[in-house]
Amino acid sequence: MTQDLVLPLSLLILLIPLLSFLINIFFGNKLGRISGVVGTTILGIDLGLAIAVAFTKLSSFGEIHVIQNRFEWFSLGSQKIIVGIGIDNIAAIMLIVVTLISFLVHLFSTVYMEGDRRYPKFYAYLGLFTFSMLGIVIANNFLFMYVFWELVGISSYLLIGFWYEKNSASNAGKKAFITNRIGDLGFFIGIMILFFTYGSFMFEDVFAGISSGVMPFSNPTMLTVAGICIFMGAMGKSAQFPLHVWLPDAMEGPTPVSALIHAATMVAAGVYLVAKVFAMFTADALTFIAVIGTITAFISATIALTQVDFKKVLAYSTVSQLGFMIMSLGVGGYTNGFFHLVTHAWFKAALFLAAGSVIHAMHHAMHHMHDHHTDPQDINNMGGLRKTMPWTYRTFLFVTLALSGIPLTSGFLSKDGILAGTMAYANLTGGWHWIIPILAFTAAGMTAFYMFRLTIVAFHGEHKTEIAKHTKENKLPIVLPLVILAFMSLWIFYSPNPIDASKGWFHRMIVQPKSAVPAAYQWSFLLTEEAAPAVHQTGEAAGSTEVKAENPHEVTAAGHTTGHYLNKFQEETHHFHYLAMLLSLLIAGSGIALAFAIYQYKVISADKLETRFKFLHTFSLNKWYFDELYQSTVIAGTLVVSKSLSWFDNYVVDGLVNLSSYVTRGFGYVVGIFDNYVIDGAVNLAANFTGFCGSKLRKLQTGQIQSYVVFVLLGILILLYFFI
Amino acid sequence: MEIGLTHYLVISAILFSLGLYGIITRKHAIMVLMGLELVLNAANINFIAFARYGGMNIEGHIAAIFVIILAAAEAAIALAIVLNIYQNFRHVNVDEVDNLKG
Amino acid sequence: MLGTMNFPILTWITFLPILGILIILLVPSGKDDKGQELSKIIIRWVAVGITFMQLILAVIIYLNYNPAMAGVNDLKTFQFVEKLSWITATLPMVGNINIEYFMGIDGISVPMILLTAIICFVAVFPSFGIKKAVKGYFAMYLLLDLGMMGVFCALDFFLFYLFWELMLLPMYFLIGVWGGPRKEYAAIKFFIYTLVGSVFMLLVMIGLYHSTGSFNLLEMMNAANFRGDSIFGGINTTIRYVAFMGLFIGFAIKVPLFPFHTWLPDAHVEAPTPISVILAGVLLKMGAYGMIRIAFPIFPDAFGYFQTLIAWLGMISIVYGAFCALGQHKVGKRDFKKLIAYSSVSHMGLVILGLASMRPEGTVGAIFQMFNHGIITAMLFMIVGVIYDRAHTRGLDDFGGLAKKMPIYTGIMAVAFFAAIGLPGMSGFISEVLVFLGSFKSYPVLTIISGLSIILGAAYMLWALQKIFFGVIPEKWQGPWDPTKLIYKTDDVNGLEMVALIPLAIIVIFLGVYPNPILNLMTGSVNHFIEIMRPFVYIGGM
Repeated sequence: MTQDLVLPLSLLILLIPLLSFLINIFFGNKLGRISGVVGTTILGIDLGLAIAVAFTKLSSFGEIHVIQNRFEWFSLGSQKIIVGIGIDNIAAIMLIVVTLISFLVHLFSTVYMEGDRRYPKFYAYLGLFTFSMLGIVIANNFLFMYVFWELVGISSYLLIGFWYEKNSASNAGKKAFITNRIGDLGFFIGIMILFFTYGSFMFEDVFAGISSGVMPFSNPTMLTVAGICIFMGAMGKSAQFPLHVWLPDAMEGPTPVSALIHAATMVAAGVYLVAKVFAMFTADALTFIAVIGTITAFISATIALTQVDFKKVLAYSTVSQLGFMIMSLGVGGYTNGFFHLVTHAWFKAALFLAAGSVIHAMHHAMHHMHDHHTDPQDINNMGGLRKTMPWTYRTFLFVTLALSGIPLTSGFLSKDGILAGTMAYANLTGGWHWIIPILAFTAAGMTAFYMFRLTIVAFHGEHKTEIAKHTKENKLPIVLPLVILAFMSLWIFYSPNPIDASKGWFHRMIVQPKSAVPAAYQWSFLLTEEAAPAVHQTGEAAGSTEVKAENPHEVTAAGHTTGHYLNKFQEETHHFHYLAMLLSLLIAGSGIALAFAIYQYKVISADKLETRFKFLHTFSLNKWYFDELYQSTVIAGTLVVSKSLSWFDNYVVDGLVNLSSYVTRGFGYVVGIFDNYVIDGAVNLAANFTGFCGSKLRKLQTGQIQSYVVFVLLGILILLYFFI
Repeated sequence: MEIGLTHYLVISAILFSLGLYGIITRKHAIMVLMGLELVLNAANINFIAFARYGGMNIEGHIAAIFVIILAAAEAAIALAIVLNIYQNFRHVNVDEVDNLKG
Repeated sequence: MLGTMNFPILTWITFLPILGILIILLVPSGKDDKGQELSKIIIRWVAVGITFMQLILAVIIYLNYNPAMAGVNDLKTFQFVEKLSWITATLPMVGNINIEYFMGIDGISVPMILLTAIICFVAVFPSFGIKKAVKGYFAMYLLLDLGMMGVFCALDFFLFYLFWELMLLPMYFLIGVWGGPRKEYAAIKFFIYTLVGSVFMLLVMIGLYHSTGSFNLLEMMNAANFRGDSIFGGINTTIRYVAFMGLFIGFAIKVPLFPFHTWLPDAHVEAPTPISVILAGVLLKMGAYGMIRIAFPIFPDAFGYFQTLIAWLGMISIVYGAFCALGQHKVGKRDFKKLIAYSSVSHMGLVILGLASMRPEGTVGAIFQMFNHGIITAMLFMIVGVIYDRAHTRGLDDFGGLAKKMPIYTGIMAVAFFAAIGLPGMSGFISEVLVFLGSFKSYPVLTIISGLSIILGAAYMLWALQKIFFGVIPEKWQGPWDPTKLIYKTDDVNGLEMVALIPLAIIVIFLGVYPNPILNLMTGSVNHFIEIMRPFVYIGGM
């Protein structure tokens, strides 16, 4: 495939899921059950194309930073709104992640959603989501990013609230969308600041502007502010503290949706965004990002310890892992942060699909036993599922190991890199920054603990209920995606060395871009000596500017060969590699051991622990009371303001209007009285006087002609008397 | 004694007065009309007398002839009115025809 | 090009409704042998025909309009101009009166004419539900149509004022006769409010006439035409500020801008569906149009003086309207139409904010937002009309689960709702982004506060969506709307309603993906407009 084909094919990859959406939304009712097959086939084609494009980009053009174009969307006279699409290495990998998981979820849902009344709609929404997500992936400018960002939000809203008859589902959808919008507002403000300053939405233009030393409002602090604003968008989508509250609620959606959106793709969009615009973050902004990521990773790990809902545990685990990725990016571990995004996408999708498999089996068993009250998602109702659902158990166990960071899994590679990065960062910056690796290691330990707690309680031991006894392994379309995803979580796909990924193709391809921020505002250890990765453009779209890099092959992205590091940070990370690995293995191992001790072998009583740490347990079980806090502050505050403003509008503003009308009417009444009695009185008086005179004088009119003659005669005589 | 202008005028005045008296006092509409004729003829006598003695010459004659013609027309119309009055009121008593009384 | 031909297309498009009114008034009433009221059917389809012909004329204007010619204050670059001497008289003490029949359009009026034609055409279909005094209704409807079209075509202030008042009267009757339970109150409120605005406008108009000796708007825009000793002569004088404020308030009432907005919720709640559609779709735009066409270019110095105040008012309207939409406080009395009415206040505040920024993005965004808001709100009101016709209530608390009963309806409605919250891919997004981008350059803080409406808008719209469409259907509406199947053959939207709604949905999505057809119309004019204003105003980032 030649380079010119990459962009048209990417566009095709983007549009194919939209086709699935259109077919299913307009002809879904006619297609019925077939719509699932249609959707899955379409996504299969999309996956094929995505793999082709990604391999082409990575293998043939890996050294070219980004293949992109630019074209005019619309113009305002002289001002043109320029957008474009572009494929860089992270986009190429994300294309595969999104299409493959989307394809597997499509396949999985053919069985899982069987019998649902709105089956075609489900596929339509999945198509819409995939389209929007791919849009985020191939955007090379803030405007497209924001456009698809919002579209992802709305398709997530539709999918979470898919079973809208349940009030909790539609509430969760609403909550997700509005919480996301809060982040989006920040994102949008950031875009406005950047557009105002640099006059373009294109990433490259903005970065070029920043590196030329132009600052928003001529103030470097504003660049940090802009970075934090952009990051707010990521906080919304990637469920970072304090906007993380929507993600656990989003589990109201069908489980395949949770796997696709709320584990692997949409929530990763925030991380992807941070990675994509990594070059614009100043040292202060990066610190903010790292702190937020750490807090998120820690808080949600503590919450996950006590949840009893199968999906809620996974949800908080997702939030925690997203925190890890954000933290990694924040400390400067660009490659490992994105690496964790990819590895996490596979095993978290697998975990959710396994959860879906379990819930589906539980539902069937309940249906079989005519039980409609038991909660099929409560892990205390499960137990012993390893016997009834062997394939689900095996895959679940394997990806749990991956998530816990056990060697020979991809999760080990990426998590180890992140932890080493935090230690390197703390060592380079010193002081309070050591809190970050400490919390990160603690969270990693808790991850291992709660994941094994989940595995042991749900799959090991005896059946806790009759329902669990009646569960059966699901059909192939459910099991196959699990196996594929578990397979993808093997180390071998990323690096031949199972304990060190830094020599693998992934780390060769995904290299931290040169920071655009002037050296004064950036960590010195993140600055690179090499020139910026070359930018190559293809511009076949109308109005696009054709700017070829001078020589794209001069600079290789794999700028660091053995023994030569991109920057100080990488060198330091490498130094901490083995220490971090040992520590993390130790911590994860003890987490796992503790889980086995408590739940499998009951050496330590869970109930006793609970009563011993009653306060902590309640605090964790109630999710640190974030929902209650927001309910009583933000939501209640908004409602109070809106109700009082509405009251104000009704009674004060409109009251003033009505008051003025009453005053006018009162004045009118007084004037009316005056008019009635004084002015009109005078008129009537004149009229009455005239009438009175007339009534007297009319007596002269006798009607008798002879009397008139006499009057005439008299008149003549009187005249004669006067004239003569 | 030579008959002069004065005599004619006296006769005319007497005739006018009689006519006026008839107009005012009579109740019968026809009688009122007859009084009117007397008044007109008194005027005619005056015109002729002035034509003979007062130097009005031919104009006096013409005026008299006009009056006679007018009197004839007037009589015709008046009689028609009287007939209508009779048809409406079944009498021609002018005292009782006072519908225009205010 | 048609503009250079002698076909007076603006006169035709404006006065075509007269023809319709004549036909409608001449249709004899009575029933045919089947008991069908034939006259009603004829009258309705005459209205459809007339408005459709108007639409065709509007499209012809659109196709023949040359965006390269700017207009605004330059007679030579106005298009389809018709300029005739109309009233010339010499009056004692007043002097020469010279009123012209002067029509012409530029890039600011073309989108409005297009909008008017579209809205008037689609609003005829919900009017089919009017049962009372059909003849009078459609006569008034077409008269209203005439007035609105005239306002957007007139370039003579007197003519403009005439059309402005002409549209008031039918609106009064349309609300006052065919409205809801509190129709008289709402109609009179609307009437008096607008009339107060008109008084200011009339006074300023007379003052301007005395200063320039002409009613020609273009001449008023040229400072050289003001006699030095006249009341509006000079620059930056107090009397000019007062006059600008007078005009501004007159137009702000129509927009409606906080704090002159309270007639809107009442008028919307009481008006019948198609009249709400026209009210929100076209009438509100006349206020903002008047500002761009008259108030701002005639008094640019005064605009510069009040610019920040206007931006503040825009911001307050945006946030305040959004909060009010969210906070209808009486549970059980929460009205769908009121919600949309307040969202209109919020969205029209965006127009004012965009205009106040005086940036090309902001101003283009503002005019585009006027167009989009017209289309989107028209859809929303028709959507309310659909369930109101069936359930005879608009209470947000009375519904639930309609998505199950009316899937197509829900789909159309989702388009309208998502467009109203500025979802990308819908036209509202483009205009919102443009307005914010423009205003951010002039007023960053105000813009950030206004950004709250992005969140609040999502909150109240999704809340309404949830209340009406999600959850479980209340028991009383479990069955079909119309068990006899006489009026509604289907529980979902019927064909007639689709004819009105689908084209609007298509426009919304099409312009959301490809906004150039409308944006290209106005960029030339807007840039010229800003050139005129530039010496007097604060333009951020320039």
